Amino acid sequence: MTILAALLFLMLVGAIIAVETTNLLSAVISVGAVGFLLSIAFLFLGAPDIAITQLVVEILCLVILIRATISRDLTAVSGEREFFGMVVGVALVVLVALAGIAAFEQFPPFGEPVMARFPDDAPSATYLAEGLDRTGAANIVTAVILDFRAYDTLGEATVLFCAILGALALMRRRARRQRDGDETEEGDAA
Amino acid sequence: MIYALCLMLIAVGLYGVVVKKNVVKIVISLAIMEYGINLLLILVGYRAGGHAPIMEPGASPAEFAAGAVDPLPQALVLTSIVIGLGVLAMMVAICIRLYERYGTFDITEMRRLRG
Repeated sequence: MTILAALLFLMLVGAIIAVETTNLLSAVISVGAVGFLLSIAFLFLGAPDIAITQLVVEILCLVILIRATISRDLTAVSGEREFFGMVVGVALVVLVALAGIAAFEQFPPFGEPVMARFPDDAPSATYLAEGLDRTGAANIVTAVILDFRAYDTLGEATVLFCAILGALALMRRRARRQRDGDETEEGDAA
Repeated sequence: MIYALCLMLIAVGLYGVVVKKNVVKIVISLAIMEYGINLLLILVGYRAGGHAPIMEPGASPAEFAAGAVDPLPQALVLTSIVIGLGVLAMMVAICIRLYERYGTFDITEMRRLRG
């Protein structure tokens, strides 16, 4: 519990540095630190699968983000939006924070999941009690992903495929245009 | 207390999204928000002193079910993390295209995006 609070505090510091620093590369590295701390926090929360996934995803995130920021001549952008926009933004953040505090009144206390409060109705309790018999998987998380909620995972794969396809299509346009020799609209490629 | 720290993490991300004017900063803030929300979902499913929902040989199902953390948020957050990576890749691709088109990451200088 204390370790978790310390980890969360460090994550908060890293996030503030990432948002507030003027150098983009430092911001990317700070967000990487936040992601790795999050991975450690998942380990303390009894979620080793998620910790491993978070670690891999974080490394890939860092590679992608550094690809976006490095070798750009203008990596340091300072200054905020106009004053009115900033006031509206801060007001929005305060509003969301107040709504979140109100929502936390409804949350179960920390360390006491909902499935412990309603053991007969919660699907999680069923998964835990019958997962091994019904799916043969010792790891209940994989049993949920690949057996109980396999259609969810299929949808996830579809979304992931679409996102990667979109990213590839966006990056490809430049290559095709250069091949056709039509570079009037484009500057020099990165 | 833990929930409040997690909410602050989400709020920092939201602040970055609405106040910053660098596109890459906005992408980074969205990533921070996503971390906070993933962590919040896992925190809701945590059982004090609970172990990971992985069965060991010889464990009785009833005892296991009484001591494990909630597996359902973990499964769904796993999905969410991977989708987050795909969406981040797409956002970064858009950022790179915008940089090539306008020569800047500053959204106030992208005239055609002005609303």
